Amino acid sequence: MDALNLFIKSIFIDNMIFASFLGMCSYLAVSKTVKTSVGLGAAVIFVLLVTVPVNYLLENFILKPGALSWLGDGYKDVDLSFLSFIMFIAVIAAIVQLVEMIVEKFAPALYGQLGIFLPLIAVNCAIMGASLFMQQKNFPSIGTATVYALGAGIGWFIAIVLMAAIREKISYSNVPAPLKGVGIAFIVCGLMAIAFMSFMGIKL
Amino acid sequence: MAQTKNSELLKNPLNLNNPITVQVLGICSALAVTVKLEPAIVMAISVTVVTALSNLIISLIRNTIPSRIRIIVQLVVVSFLVILVDQVLKAFMYELDKALSVYVGLIITNCIVMGRLEAFALGNKPLPALLDGIGNGFGYGAILVIVAFVRELFGSGTLFGVQVIPDACYELGYSNCGFMLNPPMALILIGIVIWIQRAKVKELQEK
Repeated sequence: MDALNLFIKSIFIDNMIFASFLGMCSYLAVSKTVKTSVGLGAAVIFVLLVTVPVNYLLENFILKPGALSWLGDGYKDVDLSFLSFIMFIAVIAAIVQLVEMIVEKFAPALYGQLGIFLPLIAVNCAIMGASLFMQQKNFPSIGTATVYALGAGIGWFIAIVLMAAIREKISYSNVPAPLKGVGIAFIVCGLMAIAFMSFMGIKL
Repeated sequence: MAQTKNSELLKNPLNLNNPITVQVLGICSALAVTVKLEPAIVMAISVTVVTALSNLIISLIRNTIPSRIRIIVQLVVVSFLVILVDQVLKAFMYELDKALSVYVGLIITNCIVMGRLEAFALGNKPLPALLDGIGNGFGYGAILVIVAFVRELFGSGTLFGVQVIPDACYELGYSNCGFMLNPPMALILIGIVIWIQRAKVKELQEK
């Protein structure tokens, strides 16, 4: 598949939030102000860009049926795919920890901004979801997988920043009492998802 | 006393402390599986099993887990249970497992599971923890079933794949609302469920 096409598709059409509802929990919890949501969005892009390629390698050289054949003919029939959940989540948790330490050491300013969000990301469904989609979509090369990760991350970023901007405005409006807070956030999110549906069918 | 407490653990998550509408946890995997009732129910059962058993296990070993690495320990326990659930689904309900696609795996990162482990299992005895897990699983399942019921009824005119809206209605010009099958409607329906619930239970309203 054309890389640019995949990139656009993963940002707008297969948007993590509006099409597959991934990372909704932190999405609704953090999207109260634009500033924090930019921080979380950036952290998600960053972690996706690291974890998806690593999990791609893991999937193709260790977990897939027959992936171990580089060890010799005896390993040709080994199928470790049932281990993929636990491997993926372990890699994600480890990388998040590692990324946190590296960022703290080399980019203290960025660390200050991302700070509390980095550890939270380990349990963000969008990260795990991207790895599982990568496994399901069977990308031909690590490059394509990376492009997909970047697109998915940017899509998530756009969604959370837009949502935060709308919620900042909503706090000044007269929302019916039972809908205040989470209720209206869900409905706004639904309306935004409808808007994003208009991107469907775009092909480059 | 202990009796009433335990029954509250089961009942509270169904309404006053519902994991989806009040705690706002676990929405990630909740919405995508609600196009039809059948996958929604299977998903609800899987989440209940995982939440209940992981609550039980973590509660049993809660005094031996060093608090610094507790997240990793929790993730390992949860992913072990999810792998079990996934293998069972693959073996006995292959078609449904395909329909649920990545969302079974995503139970690992489902915030309900982690949230209950952190908030409840780490500080309580095994039996209440087990009941809390079952209660929250049911609370989650209840919302899934409501949303899936509406979406399947109006979107495809069926329930559990069986047609319930009579042909006569279609002849009179009624047609299915295909829009119900699209992802945005799940979000809006949850918004409406929250609206109804909070209109009834005033103390849940946000200031």
